[in-house]
Amino acid sequence: MPLLDVDDLRVGFDTEAGLVHAVDGVSFSIAAGRTLGLVGESGCGKSVTASSILRLVPSPPGRILGGAIRWGGVDILRMPSQDLSTIRGKEIAMIFQDPMTSLNPVFTIERQLGEVLSLRFGLQGADARSRSVEMLRTVGIAEPEARLTSYPHELSGGMKQRVMIAMALLCEPKLLIADEPTTALDVTIQSQILSLIKELQQQTGAAVLFITHDMGVIAEVCDDVAVMYAGRIVELGEVEPVFERSEHPYTKGLLRSIPRKGVARKSELPTIEGVVPSLLDPPQGCRFAERCWRRTQLTAAEQERCLDEAPVLDQKAQSLAACHFPVGAFPLEAETMVSGDG
Amino acid sequence: MTGNDDSPLLVVDNLQKHYPIRGGIWGSKIGNVRAVDGVSFSVAKGETLGLVGESGCGKSTLARTLMRLEDPTDGRVLFEGRDLAHASKDELFGLRRDIQIIFQDPYSSLNPRMTIGEIVREPLLVHRVGTKMEQLDTVRNLLETVGLTGEMLGRYPHEFSGGQRQRIGVARALALEPRLVIADEPVSALDVSVQSQVLNLMIRLQRERELTYVFISHDLSVVEHVSDTIAIMYLGRIVEKGPVDRIFEHPAHPYTRALLQAIPNPDPRAQRGRVPVQGEAPSPVSPPPGCAFHPRCPFVRDECRSALPALEPVDQASGDGQGGHVAACVRKHDI
Repeated sequence: MPLLDVDDLRVGFDTEAGLVHAVDGVSFSIAAGRTLGLVGESGCGKSVTASSILRLVPSPPGRILGGAIRWGGVDILRMPSQDLSTIRGKEIAMIFQDPMTSLNPVFTIERQLGEVLSLRFGLQGADARSRSVEMLRTVGIAEPEARLTSYPHELSGGMKQRVMIAMALLCEPKLLIADEPTTALDVTIQSQILSLIKELQQQTGAAVLFITHDMGVIAEVCDDVAVMYAGRIVELGEVEPVFERSEHPYTKGLLRSIPRKGVARKSELPTIEGVVPSLLDPPQGCRFAERCWRRTQLTAAEQERCLDEAPVLDQKAQSLAACHFPVGAFPLEAETMVSGDG
Repeated sequence: MTGNDDSPLLVVDNLQKHYPIRGGIWGSKIGNVRAVDGVSFSVAKGETLGLVGESGCGKSTLARTLMRLEDPTDGRVLFEGRDLAHASKDELFGLRRDIQIIFQDPYSSLNPRMTIGEIVREPLLVHRVGTKMEQLDTVRNLLETVGLTGEMLGRYPHEFSGGQRQRIGVARALALEPRLVIADEPVSALDVSVQSQVLNLMIRLQRERELTYVFISHDLSVVEHVSDTIAIMYLGRIVEKGPVDRIFEHPAHPYTRALLQAIPNPDPRAQRGRVPVQGEAPSPVSPPPGCAFHPRCPFVRDECRSALPALEPVDQASGDGQGGHVAACVRKHDI
């Protein structure tokens, strides 16, 4: 049995214009010790999916419209609120993109770490203090004793993110949810934090759900990847096959639009034309169909099918993909794709 | 595309921008933040200089000082031989037609109360270029050039996506047909699929109009794609500079190496498990003595702690002339 099983999750937001289907039928699971990356562009629903797991989606305007999130066989979405506190910050911990707003500015680091230890393990005083110092040292903070008396504003962005990670790890979670934890950081600091998360995961055996928009970060830290587009997962599998032999045209398009080694300098980069469809009234067929670079290579009847019939996420040659005409079945040269965008 | 001219379009010579730190009850000056501390480079016509560095290295201050949005503390900024740093208000007004800037944030850099037609037309109004009809024609053409349509003239910024807004910013920057465009993190706020659209646009415009770019970014893979020459900044100074291929294939400064290694590589087969550079950049308020990178440097020697290394040629072949490969590190030859 997987550690976490997300099954057909649907989350909506009430807006003046109507109900926005931010997450619309997302299913995946994570086994103990694995790292799953959830990747996609802004507005694809990756952060809402992550927040739903701890029921942190603000309501109103957010609403869980359906589905289940099973943790050890129990559905988190239907659990009484008081039982939630046995999971939140204990079995599942979360770190956020912006450590500046996730730490309380009026308390010292010692007090904030102490609160975790007191709630989770009933540790107080000297015991809590020595445990905190030890954890700060583990996450690579120099002079941890001195840092205990610091307030968040006295720390740099990288240090604050380390403190957040320390707080999350003090809980000894079975699952760590990291929502864009390095997006606000410089690349050398990002690289330190990524190695830290990887190293700590290997030591503790925790599972990690890693949310990011950066394909490079996915390749650095994840075992598996789920690519999201317009509220749905379009491709899911192990990182290597998904990145090297992408089945979904969106995955391939995203990877190709990143400037990388082997692409001639100042040459035209492949792009994905058009914009993401509105999630107020999502298209009934494939949500990527309007922007799909493969469209021009399909017959009129095939194109019709993409527009009318929503593809299901099922097993293709390399991975699970939600596409009627996966790329793997019809390998194409990069050149064809560039001209395919028109 | 290299300029036929021998003299570069832009020469920056020992540019400095210091901000005073005030303290005490009288607010007297108690020190300086050396945000830009002696930066020199030149850019040839039709080429792109990529300026790379992490937050706080001074790259945005440098951009603003180049445009004279900030007055430099010292040094010269020569645009076709004319010194922007010491230009009078009137001279500056003329020079600003030739030099334009694209900002990072497409949300805060467009006035939400103006239509995009007004936004793109504003530089033409300020500089009194052409008649009203001519100006409107220009605006329509510019919008089409950047991939929007003339009918969008009457719409407001909030009706556009981030990528479209950045295109509007590009159209505005091009309105006066500048020769030099300073782009401060122009794609950092955009999603990757949109990022490539804006990069393609900038590259095409450079080709068509022989534009010269100073392209500022923290993203090395983007900079590698668009630049001819790259300069790496650390704590207010350039630590390495040279042709883009040389920098990427044979980085000479330990900081450049650290940056290159730190980029997350989307290739799942890439070699992993390297050790990231330790520590964080020091504060520009109290930079360490000697080489500013020495507290983090894995190759540090005693002399690095006291003497500030000069920017010198990395090898014989690259020479010390314009466009050579230079680095500010005493160990550039043996690491």
